[in-house]
Amino acid sequence: MKPQSTALKILTVLSSLLFLAALVMVFFFTPLEETMNYVQKVFYFHISNAWVGMLGFMAAAVAGIAYLVSHDRKWDILEMAAIEISLIFFLIAIMLGSIWARPVWNTWWTWDPRLTTAAIVELIYLACLLLRQGIDDPDRRARFSAVYTLIGSLSVPITFLSIRLFRTIHPVVIGNNDANGQGSFAMTKPMLVTMFFCLLTFSVIFVTLLWHRVRLENLTVAVEERQMEIL
Amino acid sequence: MLDPIISVKYMVAGYAVILVIIPAYLVSLLLRWRALKRRLQDLEDVAGKK
Repeated sequence: MKPQSTALKILTVLSSLLFLAALVMVFFFTPLEETMNYVQKVFYFHISNAWVGMLGFMAAAVAGIAYLVSHDRKWDILEMAAIEISLIFFLIAIMLGSIWARPVWNTWWTWDPRLTTAAIVELIYLACLLLRQGIDDPDRRARFSAVYTLIGSLSVPITFLSIRLFRTIHPVVIGNNDANGQGSFAMTKPMLVTMFFCLLTFSVIFVTLLWHRVRLENLTVAVEERQMEIL
Repeated sequence: MLDPIISVKYMVAGYAVILVIIPAYLVSLLLRWRALKRRLQDLEDVAGKK
């Protein structure tokens, strides 16, 4: 197993610094929103976590296609790593949304199109990881995952577009023109800058974690192979 | 307008979620890495004895 590369070490330090900077920007740079005040500060990390969650699920679909074309196991490893990390981020996005919704919508959860489709996406990919465990043959497992992820990825754009296609109380953040949205607010320039900074920060964190997770899976494969040689 | 005290409580709850789940995942990566390294070392020991 190769030691951790300098690039990965730099990326890890950079991710930590960006995360701290994002926190500073959220708490000291953005103004307090007039109606929701403090709880609105959850928004910056809510949207960033949702973004990297969706990004990772789409990256998994691309890795799935790459596996089906090449039958190279590295794509299966990348796909599985992207799904695992995206599940974490997407879960955080859902939980933050729920915490934000409680004081603003007066409920933790409602079967609104956006919330429902987001929950379905989380469950689809959670099921993928669980079902993978039941297949012993690595090639069959990789083929199954690739096809499953490809079909599952259809749920991601549906979730993204759900607030634009259906009648929903979830506010539209970019290009806000939805009168039904409850909890929407006018974005000032510092809010917009902070939002994009958080999106960048979480994208970098995602890449860093993906790299670490791929290394971990490569080590798992190395252990399995060594075990087969010895036993 | 929301009561600032209630609003602060929900904000703290939100950031607590982030500051618990992400470090917990990092710890899980670290523990899995250490367990695999130990397993690899054990396998090398078995191979050496054979």
